[in-house]
Amino acid sequence: MKRPSFARRFRASHLGVAGAVGMLILYFAAFLAPVLSPYPPQEQNLQAGYTAPGEDHLLGTDKFGRDILSRVLHGSRISLSIGFVAVALSISLGTIIGMLAGYFRGWVDTILMRTVDVLLSFPRLILLLAVIALFRPSIYLLVVMLGVTGWMGTARIVRGEVLSLREREFVLAARALGFSTPRILFRHILPNILAPVIVAATLNIGNTILLEASLSFLGLGVQPPAASWGSVINDGREALTHAWWIATFPGLAILFTVICFNLVGDGLRDALDPRLER
Amino acid sequence: MIAYLIRRLLGAIPLLFGISTLIFFVVHLAPGDPTSLYFSEDSDPEIAELMRHNFGLDRPLPEQYGIWIFRFFRGEFGWSYGHHRPVADVLREAVPNTLLLSSVALVLIFVLGVATGMLSAVKHHSTLDKIITLVTFFFYSMPGFWFALMLLLLFSYQLGWFPSSHMRSMEFIYEGLTPLGRLADRLHHIALPAIALGLGSYATVARYTRASMLEVIRSDYVRTARAKGLPERTVLFRHALRNALLPVITLLGLHIPFLISGAVLIETIFGWPGMGRVIVTGIFQRDYPLIMASTFLAASMVVAGNLLADIAYGFVDPRIRHAGEEER
Repeated sequence: MKRPSFARRFRASHLGVAGAVGMLILYFAAFLAPVLSPYPPQEQNLQAGYTAPGEDHLLGTDKFGRDILSRVLHGSRISLSIGFVAVALSISLGTIIGMLAGYFRGWVDTILMRTVDVLLSFPRLILLLAVIALFRPSIYLLVVMLGVTGWMGTARIVRGEVLSLREREFVLAARALGFSTPRILFRHILPNILAPVIVAATLNIGNTILLEASLSFLGLGVQPPAASWGSVINDGREALTHAWWIATFPGLAILFTVICFNLVGDGLRDALDPRLER
Repeated sequence: MIAYLIRRLLGAIPLLFGISTLIFFVVHLAPGDPTSLYFSEDSDPEIAELMRHNFGLDRPLPEQYGIWIFRFFRGEFGWSYGHHRPVADVLREAVPNTLLLSSVALVLIFVLGVATGMLSAVKHHSTLDKIITLVTFFFYSMPGFWFALMLLLLFSYQLGWFPSSHMRSMEFIYEGLTPLGRLADRLHHIALPAIALGLGSYATVARYTRASMLEVIRSDYVRTARAKGLPERTVLFRHALRNALLPVITLLGLHIPFLISGAVLIETIFGWPGMGRVIVTGIFQRDYPLIMASTFLAASMVVAGNLLADIAYGFVDPRIRHAGEEER
């Protein structure tokens, strides 16, 4: 019996489709943020400080009278792009390092995998905090560090896949034909490990957005006046007793985003992993 | 079993060595000078130089590394620039508080997570199962620090049921309590932070336990146990759960880094005087010795946690502790 196509298998997971729709809405909102926002996100209006959600300000305002809806909409651009770029970086690193370790084995494998063990021993947030604080916090440093501290899981997965692929006939054949190692790695092995890598990437984006929010919440991520969701929550923290809306809405935005990415990730895993056939 | 233990312990040594080396070089290759904390632009450069000399910062890097690592493994962590006390003293006060918070969270995660996962698996395909799956998925995607703020908002500020910060009531109230009252007071203070800290991992454990139980329930030995006519309770707890728990134990070990990362945020939010707060304030004060020691300690806790999980795994599963013997 022919296996149903990938698209059909993904569509069979309704939650995955729901997540994908949510993701589309998010990117749409981020893209159209300047049009959708009722106010410029940085515009202060001290008379309207701490306005409760209502007609003028749908989600209320903060201490400086800045509109929370506008800040959350603009924050989506920062949070989503940081998540995307950082994961692109960490996934590429992880894939390359995992392929090298799995393909060459021996001392290359030992060194790379011991490095993975060492890096995995650090609670990631603490490693990030330490490094970011030593340099001057900036959005570029943030993206690079999120990428550099996030590749280890992918490297382990890829290494495992490559270890078994390298003994398969088509790889042996390619080697017997005298193909160069980069060609074997990128043309023959890489296409066969893409499925788990894509799943890992999707699930990592949710995690990375959470981490970025945590760092910005601590004041070590995106620097003011730019606003990511985490830094708006940080603004809301001091006003929690009398202006609950500042911290609440950006948090809901994070929750919604992470749920969407996780739903899509789970859906992709079910669709791509033939072992999970039910 | 002994051989397995020794092998595991020996494996941890190069790991700790690698961790400390990485910390040293990251901190020392970063731009900025820790003594800059004490000086403005117009202070005497000679005094700054003297201070750098006293801290040993003018020596060649490899020498600094040698001295540092030698002292480090003897437990001499140096002087905290920010607290004006030995780093070891600062950490001695903070670490037990973090351990207390994370162990309470760990117990909650394990007990509630396994119970939820079991319930979900036993009632597979029921409405209850679906609700649990949905709720745990929500928790799993929730930013822990935001959830902590929401708990504060609702249960502390709005309803007034729980205190918003500190580990116990103020001195004069706490001193007047009976031992039981003190315990209650402590639990009252730890409840919200522990729940906020454990939420994400709880959801993961519940999801894993469910998947693991579902797999085990379909296995031959469970069918055999049922066929023998054993009561369902015995089948589930004695036969199925014991095996289903194996991957969960490893998972708990893997979740220790998340707990410690989470503690940084939760301690900051709840004013819990633990390591997480020490790290955050240390970072803002560029307190290098404190950052180095506390980061190292956090990483060692992870190594120790994984080691404990490995050992626990070896105890419950004889296949594991004998596995390496033929290979080597």
